[in-house]
Amino acid sequence: MDIHEYQAKKILSNFGVTIPRGGIVYSPENAENKAREIGGSRWVVKAQIHSGARGKAGGIIVCNTPLEVAQATDKLLGKKLVTNQTGPEGKIVNRIYIEEATDIEKELYLGLVFDRSSESIMVVASTEGGMSVEEISKEKPETIIRSKIEVAVGMQNFQARELAFGLGIEPELIRRASDTIIGCYKAFSELDATMVEVNPLVISKQKQILALDCKMSFDNNAMFRRSQVSELRDKTQEDSKEIFASDRGLNYVSLDGNIGNIINGAGLAMASMDMIKLAGGTPANFLDVGGGATPEKIVKAFKLVTMDEKVKVILVNIFAGINRCDWVAEGIVDALKKIEIKVPLVIRLAGTNVEKGNKILKDSKINYIEANTLEDAANKAVAALNK
Amino acid sequence: MTVLVDKNSKIIIQGFTGKMGSFHADEMIKYGSNVVGGVTPGKGGSKHLNLPVFNTVKDAVNETGADASILFVPPAFAADSAMEAADAGIKICVAIVDGIPSHDMIRIKRYMRRYTKSSKMTLVGPNCAGIISPGKSMLGIMPGHIYKEGRIGIISRSGTLGYEAAQQLKNLNIGVSTSVGIGGDPINGSSFRDIIEKFETDDETDAILMIGEIGGPQEVAAGEFAKENMKKPVIAYIAGLTAPKGRVMGHAGAIVSAYGESAIEKVEILKECGITISKNPSVMGDTVKSVLEKM
Repeated sequence: MDIHEYQAKKILSNFGVTIPRGGIVYSPENAENKAREIGGSRWVVKAQIHSGARGKAGGIIVCNTPLEVAQATDKLLGKKLVTNQTGPEGKIVNRIYIEEATDIEKELYLGLVFDRSSESIMVVASTEGGMSVEEISKEKPETIIRSKIEVAVGMQNFQARELAFGLGIEPELIRRASDTIIGCYKAFSELDATMVEVNPLVISKQKQILALDCKMSFDNNAMFRRSQVSELRDKTQEDSKEIFASDRGLNYVSLDGNIGNIINGAGLAMASMDMIKLAGGTPANFLDVGGGATPEKIVKAFKLVTMDEKVKVILVNIFAGINRCDWVAEGIVDALKKIEIKVPLVIRLAGTNVEKGNKILKDSKINYIEANTLEDAANKAVAALNK
Repeated sequence: MTVLVDKNSKIIIQGFTGKMGSFHADEMIKYGSNVVGGVTPGKGGSKHLNLPVFNTVKDAVNETGADASILFVPPAFAADSAMEAADAGIKICVAIVDGIPSHDMIRIKRYMRRYTKSSKMTLVGPNCAGIISPGKSMLGIMPGHIYKEGRIGIISRSGTLGYEAAQQLKNLNIGVSTSVGIGGDPINGSSFRDIIEKFETDDETDAILMIGEIGGPQEVAAGEFAKENMKKPVIAYIAGLTAPKGRVMGHAGAIVSAYGESAIEKVEILKECGITISKNPSVMGDTVKSVLEKM
């Protein structure tokens, strides 16, 4: 789960990280007042969407008067911002963060992620803040320093100090810098985060160390014990079909193609998408109804896939184990009574009681194309598309 | 593979009296697994499926001599249950449950470091289908009948894609020594490398089929291990050719976030390690067959 910049900053400030003064607004009038309340003579108006690279997309505007702040807010609110991370459809701006402008002396990069090789938390830092970590590792890899943190004992002061010295921070600011790094670590480890990225972390001309921009993501599996974090979810930043799916226990990712998929199991779903690609087609979605593939889930899956207007063919691929094919077939027949399908439907069943399952489908008189193997299913789906 | 489970493995079910635990305990018993009881805290002393129920794993181990366990507890309690099994002297524990927080998985693995190599439990999963040694024992939730007895080892992150492979092999009259589902989470109990190492020393296995997917360093680590240390042939398929970068594809661990984690990159690296690649998921069985014919 992702959260907004302003939410992430609030969290970090609770862990002792300094952030510029600012506030969230929902209207231009609000924005003007907020700018006066914050004080100073320059402000930054920042569109809150779940994406980085907002600056390049015009989502961050520096203003010199409260009136300009109001105008910038007016310009951004309700707009769809397209960045290199949002996809072509972009993301809607419903919230604006107004922040005092910072006199930047130096921009640094600080990121924390899970390191799957060492099964520890990895802190990554660089003197080249403001660029994405991908750009830094491509263009200035020599500036990257890393530190692996043993989760059982947490981050030690010396580890934070080493990073701070490694970033070339001047001696009188080392203490403050290491407190900042440890604050970020604590936010990561105490809130079940999967990513904390402060980019840039800046040293101001006034010798403050400030988190100027921040991204945080959290482990969906841990939300049962992080109610305060899960309340920060902003569904307006998510794909509506993906929300529909996650609310119904389905794993769904919207894609660009036109062959809709209904598959049980994430691995088999990825494999089926691969077969579609090899057969010359493109998948419209990834959809895993769960290894069990209950009839209820199949009904929901059909609803979801038919919501997508791009879909010109539907491919169902179920490998039934404990859930037998006859049971799955009954689920499909039942779903098709409730939902009208206007596009060709290819069904491949495999596993337990496959003959019985196929017989139920045939006897039901539903209009479908039967397939036997993964390859057969993909070929038939692509052929149906081209008819 | 007798290294993980065999006919003599004495199995207990953690979360025995719940709906999932009851259903799959029954399936395992029908398959011929030696299930000796189960654990549900607070229900100790009662009987369930004609087997004794215990309050703690230690009680179950003391009374039945159990050495294997399978977890059907909710994600919030799974880490605790796995550590309880490790401390009670269980040798192999399979965590079926999907949804354990990554921080908890790291905690389990750190906790297990307190045991010496000889007394350390092997944890398989979470978010997996479990283990089956066809004709011997099933410590999992797979449909047992799709596995023919034989000499191919299967390791898969995905459950249903592992079934697909077993079925393809069976259709070609090729059997399986043991199939291990290591699960789709970012941090798991046993890695591909851990399991292929066990297959290499298993005298009931001739060749290994490894079914990976996008995300994480594990397939590559296994490939590098195989290149340096293995004599038995390894065949691999990597799912997720069409998966977009930065998106989680169903499995929490199936996300490309670094170099070497996309399907294409993994395939290239594995080829360099001398591993035979199954070009697509429809020919996993055929690829194994062609490798066997060359042996």
